[in-house]
Amino acid sequence: MPLLRLLNTTTFRLAIAYMVLFAVSGFALIGIVYWSTTSFMSRQTDATVAAEIQGLVEQYQTGGIQRLISVIQARSRVAGDSLYLLAEADGTAIVGNLSAWPDVVPDEDGWITLEFERPLDTGPELHQARARIAPVEGRFRILVGRDIEQRMHIVATIRNSLGWALAITAALGLLGGALLARYTMGRLDEINRTSRRIIQGDLSRRVPVRGSGDELDQTADNLNAMLDQIERLMMGMRQVTDNIAHDLRSPLNRLRNRIEVTLMEARGDEAYRAALESTIDEADELINTFNALLSIARVEAGALREDMSELDLSQLARDVAELYEPLAEERGIELAAQVSEGLRLRGNRELLSQSIANLVDNAIKYSPSGAKVTLRVTPMPDNAVRIEVADQGPGIPAGERENVTKRFVRLEESRSEPGVGLGLSLVAAVVRLHHGALELSDPAEGSGLLVVVELPLA
Amino acid sequence: MNRAHSLDRIDAVPASNPELSVICANADAALGLSPMRVLVIEDDAEAAAYIARGLKEQGHLVENATDGETGLARAREDRFDALIVDRMLPHVDGLTIVATIRDEGVRTPVLFLSALGEVDDRVKGLKAGGDDYLTKPFAFSELTARLDALVRRGSPDEIRTKFVVSDLEIDILARSCKRGGERIDLQPREFKLLEYLMRNAGQVVTRTMLLENVWEYHFDPQTNVIDVHISRLRSKIDKRFGEPLLHTIRGAGYSLRAPA
Repeated sequence: MPLLRLLNTTTFRLAIAYMVLFAVSGFALIGIVYWSTTSFMSRQTDATVAAEIQGLVEQYQTGGIQRLISVIQARSRVAGDSLYLLAEADGTAIVGNLSAWPDVVPDEDGWITLEFERPLDTGPELHQARARIAPVEGRFRILVGRDIEQRMHIVATIRNSLGWALAITAALGLLGGALLARYTMGRLDEINRTSRRIIQGDLSRRVPVRGSGDELDQTADNLNAMLDQIERLMMGMRQVTDNIAHDLRSPLNRLRNRIEVTLMEARGDEAYRAALESTIDEADELINTFNALLSIARVEAGALREDMSELDLSQLARDVAELYEPLAEERGIELAAQVSEGLRLRGNRELLSQSIANLVDNAIKYSPSGAKVTLRVTPMPDNAVRIEVADQGPGIPAGERENVTKRFVRLEESRSEPGVGLGLSLVAAVVRLHHGALELSDPAEGSGLLVVVELPLA
Repeated sequence: MNRAHSLDRIDAVPASNPELSVICANADAALGLSPMRVLVIEDDAEAAAYIARGLKEQGHLVENATDGETGLARAREDRFDALIVDRMLPHVDGLTIVATIRDEGVRTPVLFLSALGEVDDRVKGLKAGGDDYLTKPFAFSELTARLDALVRRGSPDEIRTKFVVSDLEIDILARSCKRGGERIDLQPREFKLLEYLMRNAGQVVTRTMLLENVWEYHFDPQTNVIDVHISRLRSKIDKRFGEPLLHTIRGAGYSLRAPA
């Protein structure tokens, strides 16, 4: 992966920002420890030095210069970290473990920092010391100090670790950021690669899911679900196009042939007129088929969902029965409507009417004279309504029933009858639009077809 | 869609079909066919020419506007008997034209034409102030029948409760029907059907118009159920009474009219 790209990722930048934040806070933490440690240590040193000078001055006041000299002599012998020097006012050393009065200008409280040679087992070492100078009665001067070399060491150690901490934080931050960026970038690259393939036309591709359930997996899952949906729609579209082609090709062909044949030889006005009339009939049929396909497509797309209103399904079913009753009678068919009262639901009046009409129309169309067609609308226990249309026609073989309710599919035998399969397809689409269920089965007695539609009530 | 043979009323009626020629002659005589001034606002030149030619052959005066702006300007002049307005037009769409002239008080009957043609589109068209709605492709006989119904139905303020055609009479309030003084019993829907035919007496009424106005359905049943309703009605009002009043106009629809 090119470095420049890596540096340019959001993840990497975030990681660096975090690194800087951690570095600053780490630095601040150690800095506070450093500051408080050193100031505590120097305050302690200063306090003991000041106290000791105070003590020595008091020795002088009680025992005079001789007492002071002997005390300093005694302390110098077991000096360790301490420095002592008693001198004349002019700086001539009297007693102490410091060889000469240091040539350093003290501050107003008499504090100085000096360097001295400390004799150690390994030989003399140049050490730093903090000391205070105090006058004794104007005739003498006294210096008391402490070796602060160790303190300086501690400070240096703390300073060193501060530097190291910063360096390590920076290194870890950079490394972690790079690793994180590489990981997320790899995952996103997978998604992008898949997307490009799909854009190029390979709709069957899917984004790989790692199974970790993290947000990238969720993104991949959602993308895949979206792709599935798109593929389903594409399939549906392809099927629709195929079926439209199938449904329109043969009548168009018939239409064209008829005109061609009519024109083949000279005929009388009457023959032309008859041919034109048949042509118009066929064109009307084509328009019917086309409108039916368009309606189904619109219902399928849910485009008519806004036209839903509260309606009286009982009334609607009775109206359809009334519309078809004369037709049934003319064909010697008994149309029995058994409709329960007051079944109200929210739906599209026009589409529900048309659906029930299509079912009754089919039932009458396929029933022989003397048969009985039943339209039954009854309430169901779980807030639903059941619409049944039963006929005594040839029925539909059990194996083919599933197909009939699928979009645009119709039985081969009924292909010759215009609009029949489309009628059922529309019913199926309308039922789906109303969140209902459509089922084809056998009537309770005798042969024929029983169409059952169940719709949820308002 | 209807199964209309659209050219019947435009083309010369062949002499070999005496029944049809008599009906058409009767119709012309009964209506007097005063020419209408019709403005067709339609951007599809071929469709516009087809409509214009058909209407002119029926003796009407037709003007054509090919875009919304021109259409709106002419429609505002308020000198037409009817407007035929396409929904989709360049510059100003059909809905806007009709809504605009209705706001300005122009009450010319409007027939919308649309290739969209679903229930919601129809409702939008009627809400905008259209009087009727026809989906493309349509049969010409459907267009003329609807246009006639729009122009001749008169003022909507006019409330009539009694209709008489020859010796057939109905009373809307009393829900009664008589022919030659003899009472005829009709089912409620039969009464509504007859009422619509009486209101449009002398004109051609298509099956789709009956479905829309009597049954309030805006879809066409797969089988033609209207014919059966008509023949039932006919057996009640015509069968026993000499001269028939309810005629089938082949390829177009039906017409209720007095004998010549």
